[in-house]
Amino acid sequence: MPKMSPVPDEVSQGFWDACNEGRLVVQSCNACSWLQHPPRPECYNCGSTDSVWREMSGRGKIHGYCTMYDSRIRALQEHQPFIIAVIELEDAPEIKMFSHLPGTPVDDNVPVGATVEVVYEDTKGSDQKVAEWKVVS
Amino acid sequence: MASTEWFQTDRYRAKEGLGVWEHKGKAAIAGLGNSPTTRRWDGDLSTSLGAWAILAAERALDDAGITKDEIDGVVSCPQGMGDEWGAERGYFAAPYDTEDGLSGVSAHWLVKNMGLENVKTTYHAPGCMSTALVAGAEVVGSGEAKTILVIRGTGNMPGRYHQTPGDTVGGPQQWTNPWGWQLIPQIAFGFDQYCRKYGSNHDRMAPFVLNQRRNGSMFPEGFYYQNRPDDLNLTVDDYLASRWICKPMNINDCDLPIQTAGAFLITTGERARQMKKKPVYILNHVQQRGVVRSSLETLDETEEFSLSIAKKCYEGSGLTASEVDVFNPYDGFTLFTQSFLEGFGWHGVKHGEAHDFYGDDIRVEGPHPFSSSGGNNGNGRTRWWGFYDSVQQLRGEAGARQVQIKAETAIAGAFTPQISDWLVLGTSPD
Repeated sequence: MPKMSPVPDEVSQGFWDACNEGRLVVQSCNACSWLQHPPRPECYNCGSTDSVWREMSGRGKIHGYCTMYDSRIRALQEHQPFIIAVIELEDAPEIKMFSHLPGTPVDDNVPVGATVEVVYEDTKGSDQKVAEWKVVS
Repeated sequence: MASTEWFQTDRYRAKEGLGVWEHKGKAAIAGLGNSPTTRRWDGDLSTSLGAWAILAAERALDDAGITKDEIDGVVSCPQGMGDEWGAERGYFAAPYDTEDGLSGVSAHWLVKNMGLENVKTTYHAPGCMSTALVAGAEVVGSGEAKTILVIRGTGNMPGRYHQTPGDTVGGPQQWTNPWGWQLIPQIAFGFDQYCRKYGSNHDRMAPFVLNQRRNGSMFPEGFYYQNRPDDLNLTVDDYLASRWICKPMNINDCDLPIQTAGAFLITTGERARQMKKKPVYILNHVQQRGVVRSSLETLDETEEFSLSIAKKCYEGSGLTASEVDVFNPYDGFTLFTQSFLEGFGWHGVKHGEAHDFYGDDIRVEGPHPFSSSGGNNGNGRTRWWGFYDSVQQLRGEAGARQVQIKAETAIAGAFTPQISDWLVLGTSPD
């Protein structure tokens, strides 16, 4: 589903660059190993500004979802209703990302708990790709 | 007075472990005022937010039985909740030659245009009347000012509002807007998580929503009472057939944006005892600004935030859950109100029990008169009806809404479990 294109900034550039390369990364603190997403200038846990990008497996599961019928986001309105799922990463369940679950029917049977795999989607406003998630059949 | 400072962040009571509020019972709410309500502003300056803020303030003065000469402070939440009027539509002659007075009302705008000549203290508080009220409680409680007006105008301009155009997005929304994640999905998702954890479903919200409308039918200051009484006759079938906004949230779980202004007069307990109405003492004020781990709030975080709010309210006032008579937590989306009910443990409600409680007798005449104001859902979007009703209940002036149980203490607050401000009120300062 065509989405708004994220505009990377100093803190997020590494994440979005990795998406363009087909890799999923999460910011990891070099001082305490804390993982956080979205990335921040400082570690939420210890305050350190020293971090690296840790590559994730690209697998996760559906933590929960809702179904949008009347979005404020104009770029998405023509695709209503659509699923907004929350994905928790297999490697780090505390890290959550969003997904429209491409390929999953928009009904009341969205398989919460099902395993998903990352894919990378084009976006509307630039060449930036974003991470999306598909249910593993 | 051409500008106003934000109230100092370190004066909000935002942490656990602060003990009983050092100014407990020193400040009291002695006046209430609300302007009329309407769905949208039509461009008539006599119904602008500024004009209506002055009207609400005058009504609060009348309610307290004092004149404007006695006002020495003003605290305002200067932002409305809708879009701006916008320069492209063209401004008007002074004092409507800027946005101030049209889409929001600053403290200095009120001081100047109401002719409050003895005001020495003004503050702004962001986001919510609730934030202005807790700031006002501290201003008077600490002795910084003696008799103040706390105001907010909240408007609704013509047309759809808060639409998000564009094909690119930076800043914090780069993580959310591509997927359409904003506040509404957050609340809908959180409610779905709640139902999965505790084995409930959206249909079980109907008794609460219908009761909010019923309470609104007894609230003469409210939007529906004044403008759309038929909407207060919502049936279970109507509710269950309502169009989805973000399933499991439907249109009747959402509050209706309106145009109105409200004012609360806060003074010292000593002075309040000489005014016209029975004083309603402020026993504590609390702020919640929860930090979430990720781009979203998990159910665990929501429950943690609500428990923290309750803990702070109880600790600072010295009250326990069983001593809270009137309880008006926020309902601007009905789907998170259960978190407050369970976090506070009002009437013994524990996690997962709110929907059973809603199915019990929560009418104002009954033993569990939950949210006796009817909230935003029953009265339109202001975020202050719960405070307004709590004062009226403790005065014994809530009319047809007057609860039949004892009404000597009250707790009211808005907005969400993550971001909200709360007052604990009592008929006694102790």
